[in-house]
Amino acid sequence: MIYREAGQFKTSYAADQAIFPIVQDRVLVTLGILVAFLVPPLVADEYWLQAVLIPLVIYALAALGLNLLTGYAGQLSLGTGGFMAVGAYAAFKLTTSFPALNILVVFVLAGLMAAVVGIVFGIPSLRIKGFYLAVATLAAQFFLIWLFNKVPWFVNYAASGTITAPPRTVFGVMVTGPLATAPVRYVVALGLLAVFALVAKNLVRGRVGRSWMAIRDRDIAAEIIGVRPLRTKLLAFAVSSFYCGVAGAEFVFLYLGSAETLAFDITLSFLVLFMIIIGGLGSILGSFLGAAFIVLVPIFLTNAPHHVGLVMPVALQKQIELMVFGALIIFFLIVEPHGLARLWQITKEKLRLWPFPH
Amino acid sequence: MTEILHGLVAPFADIASNPSFFAEVLIGGIAAGLMYSLVALGFVLIFKASGVFNFAQGVMVLFAALTLVGLIERGAPVALALLLTVGVMVLLAFAIERVVLRPLVNQEHIILFMATIGLNFFLEGFGEMLWGANVKRLDVGIPDTSFKIGNVLVNRLELTAALTAAVIVTVLAVFFQKTSIGRALRAVADDHEAALSLGIPLKTIWTVVWSVAGLVAIVAGIMWGAKSGVQFSLSLIALKALPVLILGGFTSVPGAIAGGLIIGVCEKIAEVYWGPLVGGAIENWFAYVLALAFLLFRPQGLFGERIIERV
Repeated sequence: MIYREAGQFKTSYAADQAIFPIVQDRVLVTLGILVAFLVPPLVADEYWLQAVLIPLVIYALAALGLNLLTGYAGQLSLGTGGFMAVGAYAAFKLTTSFPALNILVVFVLAGLMAAVVGIVFGIPSLRIKGFYLAVATLAAQFFLIWLFNKVPWFVNYAASGTITAPPRTVFGVMVTGPLATAPVRYVVALGLLAVFALVAKNLVRGRVGRSWMAIRDRDIAAEIIGVRPLRTKLLAFAVSSFYCGVAGAEFVFLYLGSAETLAFDITLSFLVLFMIIIGGLGSILGSFLGAAFIVLVPIFLTNAPHHVGLVMPVALQKQIELMVFGALIIFFLIVEPHGLARLWQITKEKLRLWPFPH
Repeated sequence: MTEILHGLVAPFADIASNPSFFAEVLIGGIAAGLMYSLVALGFVLIFKASGVFNFAQGVMVLFAALTLVGLIERGAPVALALLLTVGVMVLLAFAIERVVLRPLVNQEHIILFMATIGLNFFLEGFGEMLWGANVKRLDVGIPDTSFKIGNVLVNRLELTAALTAAVIVTVLAVFFQKTSIGRALRAVADDHEAALSLGIPLKTIWTVVWSVAGLVAIVAGIMWGAKSGVQFSLSLIALKALPVLILGGFTSVPGAIAGGLIIGVCEKIAEVYWGPLVGGAIENWFAYVLALAFLLFRPQGLFGERIIERV
């Protein structure tokens, strides 16, 4: 009843090919974007923005990138942390070498740098697949982190070995550095996410996305019908690494402020992989839902005992958190192996008929 | 350019000029490699029988070691503690089969892989809650000292680990080849459906396999625990076992051993002789790059089953 497409006739090809062909979707998405842009900066306090919403938006971008590679092109990657590190360090080097360059341009250039590195580490994907490829991407993860640790040039010879976001402005507004306010950083991160999500959505429903999916479903068959594996796989690695690189640059410049290589270690790779699997492989919406789940659940688990009035030692709480988190992952996989995005799809199908199920 | 060339070549001269030191490095590498093999074995067993890539193997090693140490600390004699730990690991195998694997039958590999990562988190929290997160010392009565054979120093602990690994591999090989359960295991590994239709109980087989992997985890836990203390970082050796698996092939028991030895030796030699050239600490990634280079030429690993693809 609520979510019904009956009576919505398409009278032109353009209308038929629209990203959101159904009115309800358009309204929902527009409302969602408006709320996301307007409400948190006005309502949320510093803690919510800094500890929840900004990382959420940045993780969503990284998850989107990995989902393009793993969910759409079917190439399992555990090197996300490494590619994000490339983006972060490239952005740092660029903006300290060319302070006049607009920071948004720096983000994009850093993403391109990550894309080049992604292509290099994507080359083995032409011969190996599945878990073997996952281990191969681990090589990228460990090698890149080691490289950034060992070569002091990357941190401008800072004795501490950390990179720090210098103050930069966009159109007169302070965006990075210690003086940038949380609402500004949030809006910038969200704006980038919105633009890149739109690009990703259009990529995956066009020729590129279809060739990715063909490769994912059966690479030999795809090759026979004329999809070039070399180009397609490397393009998937490049685009995915670009997204991860931008997310990595944002991670340091908009969220952490300063970081060492430790911030980009293997746990980050796994975290982003969780996001897309919990959210739904091969779904743009799923990347967002998964990022929200992985960011919000630990925060909820940390705060829940306080609200019920339970007081326990920090260590014990940390351990229970781990257990609940692990159990939740298993639970979700058993209940819905195709992720939160699939749950949303089921809900939509139910809403079509609701409240008259016949 | 000549400097780089010199740097690359000079270590060979070092090797030639001091062969007994080289032998020590070699033995250290073999010992480390066997330790990797022990962990990799657990992976191979489970992957062979259920096609599940068990990411939680590293944490199982940690969990087994924690349980053993915890029991000994509470005053149980070593033999009893060992027996109880075996019991715990078998119970764990039952629980995993019932709670995790059975509801996920017929799911894609990546889903099962994710489930074991969930298991990884759960066990980590559970183990630390039961036994505490402090670094514990595990004393198995083998001194961590060295003696000399000719000119070469040999570590007693490493020697024991090597012998244990050899024994385990032999036992496993006999178990797989000669017993009826072993035969059933191989049947399941070949083809789930065919095995089921012949009346092989999949549930039992999975429980057995996870139990055996649990036992291997205990042995690995004891060895690693005696060497570097029982602590959280034990669970990270799972990551080190991955290149070993790649090199040896995911489905081969001898492959796990050979892969472990190759990785251990190459890693040690590279670290000792070539590491200083690039600032050291290359142990972290060298194994992966080695495995990667290897994969380009032989995608199925040394002993893995040949990958045949059809459309």
